[in-house]
Amino acid sequence: MKAVYILWLRQIKRYWRSKSRMIGSLAQPLLFLLAFSFGFGPIFQKAGGGNYIEFLTPGIVGMSILFTAIFSGVELIWDKQFGFIKETFVAPVPRYQIILGRILGGATVSSFQGFLVFLISLLFGFKITNFFSLFFGFVFMFLIAFAFTSLGTAIASALDDIQGFQLIMNFLVMPTFLFSGAIFPLNNLPEFLKFIAQFNPLSYGVDGLRWALISNSHFGGIFDLFVLFGVSVVLVGIATYIFSKMEVK
Amino acid sequence: MSIIEVKNLIKKFKTKDGEFTAVNNVSFSVLKGEIFAFLGPNGAGKTTTIKTITTLLHPTSGEIKLNGFDVVLNSNEARKSFGIVFQDPSLDDELTAYENMEIHGVLYNLPKDLLKKRIEELLKFVELWDRKDDFVKNFSGGMKRRLEIARGLLHHPKILFLDEPTLGLDPQTRNHIWSYVKDLNIKEGITIFFTTHYIEEAEKVANKVAIIDKGKIIILDYPQNILEKTNAKSLEEAFISLTGHSIREEGADSLDKMRLKRRFGRR
Repeated sequence: MKAVYILWLRQIKRYWRSKSRMIGSLAQPLLFLLAFSFGFGPIFQKAGGGNYIEFLTPGIVGMSILFTAIFSGVELIWDKQFGFIKETFVAPVPRYQIILGRILGGATVSSFQGFLVFLISLLFGFKITNFFSLFFGFVFMFLIAFAFTSLGTAIASALDDIQGFQLIMNFLVMPTFLFSGAIFPLNNLPEFLKFIAQFNPLSYGVDGLRWALISNSHFGGIFDLFVLFGVSVVLVGIATYIFSKMEVK
Repeated sequence: MSIIEVKNLIKKFKTKDGEFTAVNNVSFSVLKGEIFAFLGPNGAGKTTTIKTITTLLHPTSGEIKLNGFDVVLNSNEARKSFGIVFQDPSLDDELTAYENMEIHGVLYNLPKDLLKKRIEELLKFVELWDRKDDFVKNFSGGMKRRLEIARGLLHHPKILFLDEPTLGLDPQTRNHIWSYVKDLNIKEGITIFFTTHYIEEAEKVANKVAIIDKGKIIILDYPQNILEKTNAKSLEEAFISLTGHSIREEGADSLDKMRLKRRFGRR
């Protein structure tokens, strides 16, 4: 298990050293918080939705974790391109440990990124109700991070180059974000969108965060926890399977 | 006693219009302590062979044993027996030389204090100790190759694989690298297996040479015997008389350039 640790540490070091990446990926959530909370906030309140920044913050935290996690997973393509993957593949370490180290590293980085966004939201007026709920908030942040890093890693294991990258961004990441209830409540949606949202893992992540942080939930927090945990297990399984079958050309 | 045994190795790749046989029924063995050269033009199947032996690719059929361990059935034991320097770099550019070595040591499960000692010893051996805390992205091509050699030796492998170890390096650095390699072979008794398309390297460095062309071994013997068998004055002549073409033709040069670009031009 030392192998898992050192590959985890590698991801952390790479993230910590690239401050531009850290700051760069904070810019987008910051912009969203700014634009949406001031733009839609008053309308949301008038329509009887309550405090919009409270509603929005779990969504934007979920979004930033989604983006960072998919990207950390997809970083595996860079390891293929720059050759480091070969170093890990000839080492006497089972493939599942290599991928576990990678995924845990990516998940740690992206939940930390989510935590930073959460801190920023405090400046926008988000209020923590109690610290017990904060604990569950972190659990959900990590689960979202874990699930989507696994997804990104699985995709990267199957892809050979970065050409398909834009495709992933437009057809996977954006819809996942938009149809998750991150920026608007799910209960007023038309039936077919509600239906789609049901199959979106991020819906349960964002809902779980809302349950933990503002005691407001659509599916129910415990249910969210189970769904997200199940999805994580399935995704990490798929990623491990593709990864262990991989050859290095 | 042979430390590398390859029997009837076949490696096929799926392509758009069917199958391509990169390695076509290759058998050979390498004795402990030998310096063994795999000589052939670009595209002959050298790298595919080395990647299949070192568990990066799965053989389509055939049997490979390293240090007595089957690479498919007992891959982790087989992996412990060798170190490898790839044709393209396999370092993490965003980490320091020391950190790259450290990761390798942990992956190969070396005890902590031994690892520290060994890293120092090897980085001094390849003359990179004073650059140990520099990021690899700031290293030249030759320095990266030296670091890869040091890394490949960290876990005391019995076999060192070198895939075109001098490609794209200047003559001085080349000589430097070969003197390290010969040194290792003599002092530590490490078996060396290298591929090259530079005839003079095979001639100068290797005890035994296998000439490979279009996925097949054409001849495998001591360089002296190859010359006698083919009635040639040099390996270059022997190569032409055996294959009917020279080792560097049909656009090999442009392929070389492409590889170099891939190797150094990425960042």
